[in-house]
Amino acid sequence: MWELDEEKLEAITIGAGILGTGGGGNPYYGKLSVRRLLREGRRVTIVSPEDVPDDALVVSVGGMGAPTIGIERIHRGDEPLAALRALEAHLSRRATHLVAGEIGGANALRPMAVAALADLPVVDGDGMGRAFPELQMDTFAIYGVPATPAALADIFHNLVVFPWLQDAVTLERYARAVTVQMGGAAGFAFPAMSGADLRRTVIPYTVTLALRLGEAVLRARREHHDPIAAALAVTGGCVLFRGKVIDVERRLAAGFARGVVRLEGLAEDRGSKLRIDFQNENLIARRDGEVLAVVPDLICLVDQETAEPVTTEVVRYGLRVVVLGIPAPTLLRTPEALAVVGPQAFGYRDVVYRPLPGLYGGDRIAAERRADALRKPR
Amino acid sequence: MGIDVGGTNTDAVLLDRGEVLAWAKEPTTPDVSTGILRVVRDVLAQARIAPDEIRAVMLGTTHFTNAVVQRQELARIAVLRLGLPATASIPPLEDWPDDLRDAVAGFVALLPGGHQFDGREISPLDHSALNQICERIIELGISSAAVTAVFSPATSAHEDAVADLLASRVPGLRITRSREIGRLGLLERENAAALNACLVPLAERTIRAFQDALAELGLTAPLYLSQNDGTLMTADFATRYPVLTFASGPTNSMRGAAVLSGLRDAIVLDVGGTTTDSGALVNGFPREASFAVTIGGVRTNFRMPDVVSIGLGGGSLVAPDGRSVGPRSVGFRLMQEARIFGGNTLTASDIAVAAGRARFGDPTCVADLSPVLVQRALTIIDQRLAELVDSLKTSAGPVPVIVVGGGSVLVPGQLEGASEVIRPPYAAVANAIGAAIAQVSGEVDRIVSLEGQTRESALAAARADACRAAITAGADPATVSVVEVEEVPIAYLPSNAVRIRIKAVGDLRGG
Repeated sequence: MWELDEEKLEAITIGAGILGTGGGGNPYYGKLSVRRLLREGRRVTIVSPEDVPDDALVVSVGGMGAPTIGIERIHRGDEPLAALRALEAHLSRRATHLVAGEIGGANALRPMAVAALADLPVVDGDGMGRAFPELQMDTFAIYGVPATPAALADIFHNLVVFPWLQDAVTLERYARAVTVQMGGAAGFAFPAMSGADLRRTVIPYTVTLALRLGEAVLRARREHHDPIAAALAVTGGCVLFRGKVIDVERRLAAGFARGVVRLEGLAEDRGSKLRIDFQNENLIARRDGEVLAVVPDLICLVDQETAEPVTTEVVRYGLRVVVLGIPAPTLLRTPEALAVVGPQAFGYRDVVYRPLPGLYGGDRIAAERRADALRKPR
Repeated sequence: MGIDVGGTNTDAVLLDRGEVLAWAKEPTTPDVSTGILRVVRDVLAQARIAPDEIRAVMLGTTHFTNAVVQRQELARIAVLRLGLPATASIPPLEDWPDDLRDAVAGFVALLPGGHQFDGREISPLDHSALNQICERIIELGISSAAVTAVFSPATSAHEDAVADLLASRVPGLRITRSREIGRLGLLERENAAALNACLVPLAERTIRAFQDALAELGLTAPLYLSQNDGTLMTADFATRYPVLTFASGPTNSMRGAAVLSGLRDAIVLDVGGTTTDSGALVNGFPREASFAVTIGGVRTNFRMPDVVSIGLGGGSLVAPDGRSVGPRSVGFRLMQEARIFGGNTLTASDIAVAAGRARFGDPTCVADLSPVLVQRALTIIDQRLAELVDSLKTSAGPVPVIVVGGGSVLVPGQLEGASEVIRPPYAAVANAIGAAIAQVSGEVDRIVSLEGQTRESALAAARADACRAAITAGADPATVSVVEVEEVPIAYLPSNAVRIRIKAVGDLRGG
């Protein structure tokens, strides 16, 4: 168990931005609202998944909607708390813990704001280990946690509760439609699960991963070391490409921003080209036609000097970037997960998922903790 | 007449149909106006032109940027945001540096109002609260206010209504409307509006002083100020929106380079004493940066040129063995410290003279340098410039490179990756020329739903509005054309919503 402070919040924001793999929304606004709550004297504690009791009631909370709305109609802040209270009323039970659905991007920090307001601990983990465009793509849904009951709330605390829907794909469709009526962005509370289900399905230690990633980048910047090398030392993975953006193509497909970013190599990659397909998040990286990395592995564009993430919304020609390939969490690499978050799920029938070598940083932290626990005399 | 007031020098040029008649350079004076008077007198005398023959005066200045950076002469302001119950999680000025917030925040309020992306009202205005606020502003003696409503770039009704109310209820209050300054992105637009409000009283004094200085010389032509996107605004508009002058310096020098060389697509190297600033010209305008820009510690979403700077300039220090050049520099002490001027410090300018790239100062002072050392240093200079050019290119092929600025002698006649290296005449005053030839622009930034209308009709309407905005800003309707169209589909809004940003520019009417 550890407590959030302003310095850690700053680092988590940077780490969450990189883990957003091009999407996930900008965590900057969430950072400001959590920082404000901390300055008002509120507290946020982070607990390890191991320390969540079997009979706990863990609820995933956050915001859903269009990032473009989020930068203009900034959150009221307590929308997910209103949704949580509605869900609790429906269940006739109080939540004991909160968890992030998505560590990549804005939703890494929203649960912390709710935790500060509701005085509940946040679990060190999430349902994606990165960012994905749809609800059914989290490990809670993939590994059988029922999607409903689910609740949404808007800036007026208008509430919509879904007592039962057949699955997460259906919830995704219904919730999305409600969100548009709510002005393009809403707070959510779902799914709710027991402590036992959480420990079985959560991608562990991703809050700590975001923290260590951000700390490594900040330290490297401060000490004038290479922040990209520092980032990779924490996340695992490698540099896929160094280059500059020469073309960005965007189109709308069923409400998603899909498109292609093309890069031309710099330094050791001079003479090569890289193509990245994205749907909000980066999906596939191909170098001169050869597939280098595929979803669910993380493909992250970062600024070559600062390791600041470059999202698919702001990427434009001329930017000089480094493309990182980071191995996906183990829980996203199983056959049942790949059916939902592998290349086929995004419409790439002919692309084969070949895992990038290495272990996801969150899994590595979990392994360290297990080794430590074994060493400790009981 | 184009005038550029930089941190070090004030430059002026006199142009007649694109041809340079005269130019002058003088040190910038602390009061700014004295320096302006000197250069203007100088060019008028050189060209033997009567002041009343000048048709327009265009001025670029870093004065307002410096005021924010140095926290000087800033007004205490009221900041009003219309958006409740939305936006409560982050109040206005939340992420400002404490010293700046303490210096300027006179009164801050978060109020009901604003609109949704589709034009629906978030909540009605609270008139009784607004009336109380008007009285409070009067009590506090606040002279300048910023008003920002959620989605005001798309639906400005509430922002305008509150601005009008303040104007009618608080005598003499200067009012900044966020939609006049910024794009979508509430905090960044609100920050820009608040920075602007702090600067308005200073702008009134300064621009009045500029005008008085010009009048003293018998110049009766209208005064325009250059904006960060390379276009002009009237002195009157600049008095109300001084924040739009931020970063106009590099923009002007790139625009000047474009006009002097006759090229619309090229890379510009502006070589100064300490750094080389470089940017890409696309269709005659500087390519814009896509990241949020921080000014004096405040995050904004201005239209800023994408400028890459490296620590290499005419005054860069060269190691005694020639194995390193820069980033440290003798800066403005070049004329005292460089070897060619009788000093003891080996600088990049000394290397350029020793290698025969330039002839200035006293070449005999560098005759003793070993050719190996000179060659080593030259190789480093050329390599760094080539890397800089390459990093700005957007395609693999060689592109023309335009070199301007006082340190331009460092740049070789041929540069890797450059199809040609162009040194236009009057390169030393490219920034003042850029100011003089600037055009006038209009912009729209909105989210439109493509349900019930075609993409083409939505774009056409936005184009027409942008052109209209340019004409309102002073452009000659016959010359207005759209120079930038950006369409970004918005994820998670199934009604096929698209954010459209369009910029139109035209020549100054009657200029």
